[in-house]
Amino acid sequence: MSFLLSALKRDLLLVFRHRNDIINPLAFFLMVAVLFPLGVSPDPTFLSEVAPGVIWVAALLACLLSVDGIFRTDYEDGSLEQMLVSPESLLTLVLAKVLTHWLVSGFCLAIISPLVAMMFFLPEQGYFALIVSLLLGTPTLSLMGAIGAALTVALRKGGVLISLLVLPLYIPVLIFGAGTVQAGAMGLPIQGYLALLAAILVLSLMLAPFAIAAALKISIRS
Amino acid sequence: MTLEVKNLFCERDERILFANFSLQINAAEVVQIIGQNGSGKTTLLRILCGLSDAYTGDILWQGKALDEVRDEYYRAMLYVGHLAGVKGALTPEENLRWMMQLDKGLNKCSIKEALQQVGLFGFEDVPCHSLSAGQQRRVGLARLYLSSAPLWILDEPFTALDKKGVREKEALIANHVHEGGSVILTTHHDLAIPGKTVRPINLDEVAVT
Repeated sequence: MSFLLSALKRDLLLVFRHRNDIINPLAFFLMVAVLFPLGVSPDPTFLSEVAPGVIWVAALLACLLSVDGIFRTDYEDGSLEQMLVSPESLLTLVLAKVLTHWLVSGFCLAIISPLVAMMFFLPEQGYFALIVSLLLGTPTLSLMGAIGAALTVALRKGGVLISLLVLPLYIPVLIFGAGTVQAGAMGLPIQGYLALLAAILVLSLMLAPFAIAAALKISIRS
Repeated sequence: MTLEVKNLFCERDERILFANFSLQINAAEVVQIIGQNGSGKTTLLRILCGLSDAYTGDILWQGKALDEVRDEYYRAMLYVGHLAGVKGALTPEENLRWMMQLDKGLNKCSIKEALQQVGLFGFEDVPCHSLSAGQQRRVGLARLYLSSAPLWILDEPFTALDKKGVREKEALIANHVHEGGSVILTTHHDLAIPGKTVRPINLDEVAVT
C-alpha cells in the first residue's frame, strides 16, 4: 500500500512537471465542444438532443489520445526495465500509472463536463447523470487503453494500432455512458445504466491490471 | 552465490549470437563481456537479468531456474542498463528516492552521501534534463554506492564518464568484490580493478563455435 502511494506520488509529480499532459486532453475536449455547434448547427433543441453522444465521444477520444503516453517515456528512458527487475509488484506499479492517467484525463473531464453541457443546452436534470457516468466510465477507458499502450509500447509508431486494439473495447462504455446521460436528461431513472457502467468498471479493474502487466512483460522481453 | 548459464542459444535477425554457450559466475568475481558492436553483449546481459525471453537454455540462480526464484534473484541483483532509468523531469534526489522505493536493497548509505560520492553534491535540486550526459550517467551509477546487492550487472557503465569518474567506479567495483560480491559488465574500456584479475568472456569467439 505504501508502495502504491509512493508510485502514485512519483507519477503525479512527473505529470505536474509536464503540464502539457494535463492540458492536452482537456483542450481537445473543449475544442470539440466549441467547434461542433459551429460546424453543424447552433440550434438549442438540436444541440440538447445530440449533447449526450457528442460529449461522451469527445471524452472517449480525449482519453484515447492521451493513453498512448502512459508507458512511453518510462520505456524510452529505461525506467520500465528497472520496474521489471524490481522485486516490487508490477501490478501495483501498473495501477498507479492507470490511476494517474485517469486523474489527469477522465477525472478532469468529468469536472469540467457541466461547462460543456451548458454550451450544449443539456437540460439541467441531466448534469448529475453526465458527471456520474463520466466518473464511472472513464476509469474503464484508462484501464482498457493501458492494455493497448502496454502491448504497443515497444513499437515506434503504436498510436494507430492502439486505436484499433482499444476502440472495440470502448464501445460498450460509450453506449451505456451516453445512454445514462440521455435518460438523465429526460428525467428517467439512471440507476440501471450506472449499475452496468459500475459492473464494467469492476470487471476491468479486476482483469485489466493482469493483462497490462503481462503485456508489458511481453513487450519488453521479446 | 552462483549464477549459471547452461547451453544458451540465441539468435537475432537470423544470425546466431550464441550457441552452446555456458558460463558460471561465482562470488567475488569480475566478468567482463567483450566483443564487437552487435556481438550480443547487451542481449546477453538482458537475458541474465530476465529482461529477454528470446533464448533457449537454462539460467540458474543458486542452482534454481530463474523463473522460479525471480523475486529472490531481483533482490540480490542490481542492473544498470545503458539506459539508466533516470527521469529528466525529476531531480537527482527524487530519482534516487524512487529507485530506493523500487529496490529496497539500496540502503547502504544515504542519498546525500551517494550523490556526494558521484560528485553531484550541490546538484540535488536541479532537474536531471539540465545536467550533462556524464552527470546524468552519474545519477544512475549512484545506485552502485547505495546497493547492498551481491550481484551487479552493468551495461557500459563507463559511457560518458570522465577519467576520474572511471577510476572511482573501478575502485568501487574492487571494494564490492572484496566484500564478496560479483560484477558482470560490458565495456570497451581497458578495465583495471585494483587487486583483482578480470575474467574476460569474448563473444566473438563464442559465436563461431
